[in-house]
Amino acid sequence: MRELLEVLEKNSRVSVSELASMLQKSEYEIEKEIARLEREKIILSYGALINWERYGDDTVTAVIEINLTPQREVGFDAIAERIYRFDEVRTVYLMSGNFDLLVIIEGKSLKDVANFVATRLSTIEGVTQTRSHFMLKPYKKDGVIIDDEEQDRRLVVSP
Amino acid sequence: MNWSDKLSNSVQSIAPSGIRKFFDIAAQMKDVISLGVGEPDFVTPWTIRESCVYGLERGYTSYTANRGMPELRAEIANHFKKRYNLDYNSDKEVLVTVGVSEAMDLAIRAVTNPGDEILIPEPCYVSYQACTTLAGGVPVSVPAKIENEFRITPEELEPYITPKTKILLIGYPNNPTGAIMERADLLKIADFAEKHDLIVISDEIYGDLTYNGVHECFAALPKMKDRTILLNGFSKAYAMTGWRIGYALGNADFIGAMTKIHQYTMLCAPITAQMAAIEALKRGEKYMKKMVAEYDRRRKLIFDGLKKLGLESFEPRGAFYIFPNITSTGLTAEEFAEKLIMAEHVALVPGTAFGKSGAGHVRCSYATSIEKISEALNRIEHFLTKLK
Repeated sequence: MRELLEVLEKNSRVSVSELASMLQKSEYEIEKEIARLEREKIILSYGALINWERYGDDTVTAVIEINLTPQREVGFDAIAERIYRFDEVRTVYLMSGNFDLLVIIEGKSLKDVANFVATRLSTIEGVTQTRSHFMLKPYKKDGVIIDDEEQDRRLVVSP
Repeated sequence: MNWSDKLSNSVQSIAPSGIRKFFDIAAQMKDVISLGVGEPDFVTPWTIRESCVYGLERGYTSYTANRGMPELRAEIANHFKKRYNLDYNSDKEVLVTVGVSEAMDLAIRAVTNPGDEILIPEPCYVSYQACTTLAGGVPVSVPAKIENEFRITPEELEPYITPKTKILLIGYPNNPTGAIMERADLLKIADFAEKHDLIVISDEIYGDLTYNGVHECFAALPKMKDRTILLNGFSKAYAMTGWRIGYALGNADFIGAMTKIHQYTMLCAPITAQMAAIEALKRGEKYMKKMVAEYDRRRKLIFDGLKKLGLESFEPRGAFYIFPNITSTGLTAEEFAEKLIMAEHVALVPGTAFGKSGAGHVRCSYATSIEKISEALNRIEHFLTKLK
């Protein structure tokens, strides 16, 4: 049920009874389908997208380009795993182009992140080069505009 | 001096829109949930807005041809060719207007002589009768029946035919009922129009918002193209209400006559909106389809929700309105709407704002978020419980 996924991707708090109405299924069918999607790891998690900065937390985010020497048998996968297992690492993508891995890291401070890159990432065997870029300001994340000033400007009643 | 005596008779004879009162009440409240809005809650897709901004940057600020920019007219003609296999000459048979509202006014004025009668199935959009009266015509309201899901039939129209009947004005998918006409229904109306040699003005502004099926364009029915003035626009499907951009398609005589009025009264539609409309037709369809899919889910949610509350309605298949029957509450439509907004701060519009045959019904617009629809349903439930 692709449509179920589309609705949940946008808002995972839509209730089962609302979903049942919208998709013209019974609540039982919806629950069963969601359970299956979770079991098959098609639905991975139900997080909330949070503007931590507005909440008052000062976190530092860095995008790191990493070059690797691929290893026999496992290619990039083994090194990628060594990297993505760290809690500090939020995102890891294997890329085409001038570098191999794109890694996004969050830390409490600049020093914190720099330290992590220097002592943990660049020292991993097979990592040949890292380039760190610190994020200055997020505008849009996962399809959501961070400070969206667009609002409902319609009149309350219109013909 | 009583200046109001000096107003024209036709203006004095038309009633102000019945929606105003609810607007005034609702505007005072902070936490109102409005199911009373007749326009999309989406903002115009960015690609369309961006193309307008780009046009302004390049200095597109002048008048355009009266009929509209040639590129836009070509896109419109092309769209109807692809979608309905209809051939309209983009130079002679297409007129770009300031929304369908202007197109409606022009169409009626272009073909109405004083005393000509226009058949108007009700409930219907608020401007049909007023435009007819202002043009010197006589609006003849024909009530559509809830038993037929507010579709109009030749049998219902027939008794209203007189030697003065000249025009049939239909608007499907319908505001306020959400009714659509299937091909078989429209074919009967086409026969009726031919039998009585009527001009048909077909307001298809909600055509793209058709669910569980495809929209049938009246002009695309056999032999109907020449006698039909087809009106459509970008407001609803592309969430472009404030841009004020629509168009009329018809034979060269009708469109020529409408263009004559348009060039003296409006000159041309705003160039900014025309630039945006070109983009909408070129690249807007995928965004439009996403919005339609979202309306469809909301439609099912509100249909189910109202049914559970005991407010019966047929399943609406078009536009973004549902038109439940509220007679089980013992209230009139106006009382229901007024008490509901006072008690629960939910705004909707009494069916009678759209003609007498809307009595006993209210129009709920589902052009609002799932969260708000659910909350409105909760509040209506609370309202109904307290009524008992």
